[in-house]
This record gives sequence, structure tokens and C-alpha cells, in this order.
Amino acid sequence: MKKLMEGSEAMAEAAIAAGCRFFAGYPMTPFTELLEHFARRMPEVGGVCINAESELEAVGMAWGALATGARAATGSTGQGLSLMQESFSEITLAELPLVIFNMARGQQDYYQSTRGGGHGDYRHIVLAPADLAEAIELTQLAFHLADTWRNPVLVYGDYLTAHIQEAVEVDPLELGPVADKDWALDGSLGGTGRSRIISPLGFAKTGRRSPGIEQHLRTMTDKSRQIEAAEVRVEVGHVDDAQTVIVAFGTPGKFVRYVVNQLRADGERIGFVRPITLWPYPTDAVAAAAEGARTVGVFELCAGQMIDDVRLSVLGRAPVVGIGGISTDGSGFGVGPLLDAEIIRDRILALHRGETMPPLPDNERLEV
Amino acid sequence: MKLVGQAKPDLLLSQEHHMCPGCGEPMALRGYLEAISELGLTQRTIAVHGIGCYTSFSMTTDLDLVQALHGRAPSVATGIKRMRPDAIVFTLQGDGDMVNEGLQEVLHTAARGENITCVLLNNGVFGETGGHMTATTVLGQRTKNSLDGRDANYHGYPILIGDLIARLQGAAYVARGSVHNAAGFARTKRMFKRAFETQVRGEGFSFVEVLTMCPTGWFIPTTEGPSYMNETLGEVHIMGELKVDGVIRTTDELHEENIRKAAEIEAALARGGVDA
Repeated sequence: MKKLMEGSEAMAEAAIAAGCRFFAGYPMTPFTELLEHFARRMPEVGGVCINAESELEAVGMAWGALATGARAATGSTGQGLSLMQESFSEITLAELPLVIFNMARGQQDYYQSTRGGGHGDYRHIVLAPADLAEAIELTQLAFHLADTWRNPVLVYGDYLTAHIQEAVEVDPLELGPVADKDWALDGSLGGTGRSRIISPLGFAKTGRRSPGIEQHLRTMTDKSRQIEAAEVRVEVGHVDDAQTVIVAFGTPGKFVRYVVNQLRADGERIGFVRPITLWPYPTDAVAAAAEGARTVGVFELCAGQMIDDVRLSVLGRAPVVGIGGISTDGSGFGVGPLLDAEIIRDRILALHRGETMPPLPDNERLEV
Repeated sequence: MKLVGQAKPDLLLSQEHHMCPGCGEPMALRGYLEAISELGLTQRTIAVHGIGCYTSFSMTTDLDLVQALHGRAPSVATGIKRMRPDAIVFTLQGDGDMVNEGLQEVLHTAARGENITCVLLNNGVFGETGGHMTATTVLGQRTKNSLDGRDANYHGYPILIGDLIARLQGAAYVARGSVHNAAGFARTKRMFKRAFETQVRGEGFSFVEVLTMCPTGWFIPTTEGPSYMNETLGEVHIMGELKVDGVIRTTDELHEENIRKAAEIEAALARGGVDA
């Protein structure tokens, strides 16, 4: 049965439906409500939610919970995730299936999510839902993919994902089997000569074959290549004969899809590409859409980050132009006036017709 | 007959290690591994190791183990314990790892009363990087970045971590031992046992600090390690139990107690001897 829920609640319920039984986090807008829902719900389902004293400690606690084989998650806004980056790097190298929620302030964390703010060559699978139904699906998929690949997965939401209310249903998805966690620790093998170690450094216990750090890092790189080949997800619309292609992800991707559908109905030859996975990036889909197009526009709520990946996909087939920009409310946490169907329509049409791009709308600042 | 020095603790896969001659860390390792074996906790224990010289024990320790980041072991141990409440969970960290990089982690973990045991190997230097000042380096101690000795006006004061932890309500057992002589080792091993027993009874956070020799990082001859330790670190980080059954004793009180005991022994000697 459908129930009116805010996004944070829907995502917490989806995580619990996926078997997540440990969560640790530190309050920060607009992530706070996700933590609140986990804090209320985890004890009811036999899980644990710790209101950690810092983001550094939250991610460390999740690390420990994962080592026991539990499905575990943490999260924050991009600012809080900056503090967790060292652990993200190491958890990835330790091959632990962490799920991370970024309830981001706009889309300023694209680089952080897809390039990794931490050290080393690691990659995280990044899932970017456009609406709550998709957020529920992708949250469950995140735990499945994390276990499948023994690699962290980040769910990229925002202020609207966290706070918007929709009538939705959280049904557990049947996503297929995952391998037994024969690496998980329970303490039972102490003194048997078969005890286990979970290490980011490629260490094995004395007497076992150890890959060594160099081979371990190469194996992790090979895994990244396999994920790139297997896990790309993308939504594409009206690109076959499109003269103009617009690329956008997450909540702005939903707005762009709506506007492009309208413009198509008006007879404009415009299409869209909405990456659902930000890593691995839907390079082939963007390249195919750009083939034959006159121009590719990138609408993102930041100074221009994903545009790099669009250019790396298009590889000169067409000019790539940023048509988004920085737009926030007065607090810097929420939604600015740029996220508006009429304004987005004007910007897409300006690009399509080769007209001057309208200036970015300013938020109405309250005089104090 | 098997000599103590040749006997390998049950929970070691190999006696080989990469420590320098005169290092105190293998002694501390022996102490807690034997304590775990003798308490019958072998097949329910999970270790979390920080980053320091002792990290090489991660491979040779025959316990389920998570290799954590520098400073972060207490949080990792928290996640493990919350998901496996029946396991005995302990961390191993050095003074650089725990008191420098991860001070807030160990304090918050203690304050929450997490039912785990944290072990600190305290030698007052970053041994692995080659002898640099840590937050527990004592005043006057020479390190590579306090070449004329730690100066309170320039470098600040050392932290007595055991005293900080003992004051926190969630801490159930807090002790400071040493491995510079046989008596110290025996006493420290008893502290380990009490700490693990505290965890078995579910009484809350337990903490054992162990002063360990680091002649390489102290820039002294190997054989002088124990005496140097006793005369420098041992004069500041005083050995003893800082919290038992809710009763807190500060390091200053332990110090006064030691002076009083020494005076009693001297007086008894002056009277013609002490009873065993």
C-alpha cells in the first residue's frame, strides 16, 4: 500500500528492507532527517543506529559493522563526507561493502563522489535517483551492488530527495543472490591457525599466500574495470534525431526530462540523457546521443563538474556547453530558483536556437 | 623444561617479528595474548589494530582481526561489538595513534561505555617514523623534533591519557602497566586479565596502557632501554590502577603512594629488613 513519506523516511525504509542493520551518522542539513529515521527505526528491527560524535567516527563504526558481515551504511552531506574520505579510500581497498548516502547541497559533490576525495585509485559506484520511487529502488540496489562487488556504493540525493513528500511504497526488491560473506569475522577462528584478517594493505596472515600491496592494488583496478563494463545505468529520451542533447542527473535530471518531453511535443528536435550511475559513467550512451547532434548541453546545479565526463564521452563530436550553474536558497543548503521548469526551458531553447543564454536567476535574499 | 623466553604464546602464528632489539612491544603482545588464552576467550575474540610498529603483529596474531586506520580503531571496534555483542573486542594502538591522531575516538568510545578493551602501547615517541615527539612524550625527552628535549613553553605538556579516561563515567577499568622488568610484566598481565574480565561481565569500557621500551626511538643503547624508561616515562606515566570498581586514583596519587611505599621500605630496611 502506498504511503505518504518524505524522501529521508523512504530511503531509510528501503535500506532496512534491503537488510541494513547498522547505521552511524552525524547530523547535518539536509542529511539530518535520514539519521533521524534510522535512529527511530533501527531498534525496532533489531538493528543499531549510533549518533556518532563526528563523521570520522561514524564511518569508522560502519567499517567495524561491515567487518562482521552486517549490511551497514553511513552518510552526510558532501561537507561531512569530506571528513570521511580517508576511511572511504581504505574501506574500498579492504573490499568492504559500505553504502554511503550523500544528501548533497546541490550538485557540488559530483567530483567528490565520482573522482573520490580520498587518496589512491579507488572508485565508488554512484547511484543518482531522480525521484523517490527511484530512490527506493536504488537504495536497495546499492546494498546489493556493494555486496556483489565488495565495493562501496554511494547514493547521491539532495535537499529535494531528502525532504519532498510523495505517496510511495517500499517493497523489498528481489535482486538475486550474492556470495556468502566467508570473509566476515566472528572471532571463532582464534587459535586455530585459520583466523582471518580484513586489511586494506593486501596483508594475509603469516603462512598464507599474500598478494602484497602492488598486486592487491592492481587487482582492485581490475575490479573497477569489470564494474565499468557491467554496471552502467542510464535513461535516454528522444536522442535519435536530436539536434540538441541535454545531459542532467538526479533531481535536475527529472526537471530536464519533463521539459524535454514538453519541447518534443512542441516539435523541437531535442533529446536528453540522464545518467543513473555517475560512476561508471554512461560514456557510450552520451557518445551515441552526441553523434549527429549540433550541440550538447549540460544542466547541473554547480559551476560545472559533470561536464568533464560529458566532454570525455563526446570527444569532440559536438560542442559541449554548460547551461546550469550555481543556485541555492539563502541558507546554501536547499534549492535555488534555477531549479524551475520554465527557466530550464528557456535555457534549453536558447542553446537549441543559438540565442544568448539568459542570466542565472538570483535567489530573493531576505534583508535582515 | 621450556624456558619462558622460548615459549611461544598459543595465539602467535610465528615468533618472527620486525621489531628493533630492545623493543618492549613484543612483551606487551605476549602479555595480552596469554591473558586471552588463559581466560579461555581464544575463539570469541576480534582484534582491531592501528598503525604503528606493532601493525606487523596483524599478520602473526592468530585472532580474527581488522586492520584499521591510524587513530580510528576504537570506532571500528565499536561497530564490531555492536553487531557481535558476544565477541570480545579489543584495540591495539600506540601513543601516536591513540593520543595524537585519534584522541577524540578513544575518549568518546570510553564515554559511551562501549563494552570493549583498548590497549595502548606508550613509548612516548613515533617509533615507526624514527623517533618523533608524541602527545605523551615527557618534558625533557629528546626526540627528532624536540632535539633539546621537550620544552613545556615551546612544545606543550604531555597528556596523561589514563587520567582523562578514568574520569569518564563509561570507563569501568583503567590501568597503566609497564614491561621494563619481570615484576612490571607480571602486573601488566594481571591488568589485561582484569580488563578482559570487565568486558566479559559487560561492565563497560576497559583500558590498559603499557609503557614499552623504544631504545631506537630514544637514541640510547639497547641495554639501557628499561632503566631509561623507568627514569623518564616511568616517572611521569606512573604505573598502577587508575580506576577499579568506580574508585578513581589519579597519577599524582599513584606517585605519592609509590613515594610512601619506598619510604616505608627504606624505614623497614633501616630497622633491619623487610618481611617477604
